[in-house]
Amino acid sequence: MLGPYDYALWMAGFLVEIGVVVCTLYRRSFLRYIPLNLYMMAAALVTCGQYFYVKQYGFTSQQYFYYYYYTESLLTILLFWAIIEFYQQTFREMSVSSYIRGAAVLLLLLTALFSYAVVHENRGQLTTRFVVELGQNLHFVGVVLTYLLWGAILKLRETRTRLIQLVLALGVYFSANAVTYALRNLFPNLESSVLKSVFPLVGLWLPIAWAYTFMKVSEDARLATARLVARAR
Amino acid sequence: MAAALIFVISVVVFLQFFISYCRSVLAVSRKVELSDRVREVSGITNRNVGTDDFARLVQLLRLCPEQGDDQTEIRAVGTYYTLLRVIRKMWGFLLPAIVPWTDRECQGCSHFAAVALDRRISYSRDLFTRQVADGA
Repeated sequence: MLGPYDYALWMAGFLVEIGVVVCTLYRRSFLRYIPLNLYMMAAALVTCGQYFYVKQYGFTSQQYFYYYYYTESLLTILLFWAIIEFYQQTFREMSVSSYIRGAAVLLLLLTALFSYAVVHENRGQLTTRFVVELGQNLHFVGVVLTYLLWGAILKLRETRTRLIQLVLALGVYFSANAVTYALRNLFPNLESSVLKSVFPLVGLWLPIAWAYTFMKVSEDARLATARLVARAR
Repeated sequence: MAAALIFVISVVVFLQFFISYCRSVLAVSRKVELSDRVREVSGITNRNVGTDDFARLVQLLRLCPEQGDDQTEIRAVGTYYTLLRVIRKMWGFLLPAIVPWTDRECQGCSHFAAVALDRRISYSRDLFTRQVADGA
């Protein structure tokens, strides 16, 4: 059963997702970050759909369960597109856009094929464990991709503060999600107590951090990446 | 087995991303000069912001009306500050080299809180001015 706290988190999630799109429009950066904006609009639509499913079928229904997890997986794949966009921005001056696009298409095809193969294999038993495992794997792929991107940013001494903060916020989001999914997989009993309230909070992180970056950091702001690597001297 | 491995790797990566994110937020605020107004309000008129000023500055922040766009960053930096204090207490004896670094980082956290306070004070003044103008 959902309480006022859950509804408040839900509402806040929807508002900040729309807020990111409004921020990019306000800062005239909408066209520069199209995949990111499409992701946020899709996430807001999915949130509306979740509300409809809860009202129509109930929070504990199978319909809501499958809607939640499959749209979550689709949104994660959509977020990969945002990562690819960040890769393109990072490697912009090296003229390797066509290679990145090729690698991106290959990655998406492989992810789709892998997901199809797993779904096909488990079609008789699409259980809770399966969807949790799929979510965990997709988020972990996100962690690896973002980590590689962060490595490239450090190596190339990228200085655009906005890009750096967007990528770091994404890294925090993917790794926090991978941790919670893995915990769920390892300790299924934790879900009803601790993890139930952690998931929506982790979901709120990304739109809030991105909205903050768009509002507070201008496109021209520069930052030395060497200062960001924690090192006691 | 795979889940345990993913858990361990993700925790390590999470900490790395979280620390770098907080440092990027602090680095942006470090470039901002504090106004005389915020120095006066927080009692730091003749010195730099200190490592121990963070808690007091956050208390002052809570007294100001929120703009609603920096709460998560203040919480994130607050968590980073706590993490730094824990590291300093636990490892300061064994690795003395870590102490100046944690102090520098804590000072950055305090400066961030002072910048946020400055912004909120400006926001409150704007609100007040607008209200007075509307009433006139």
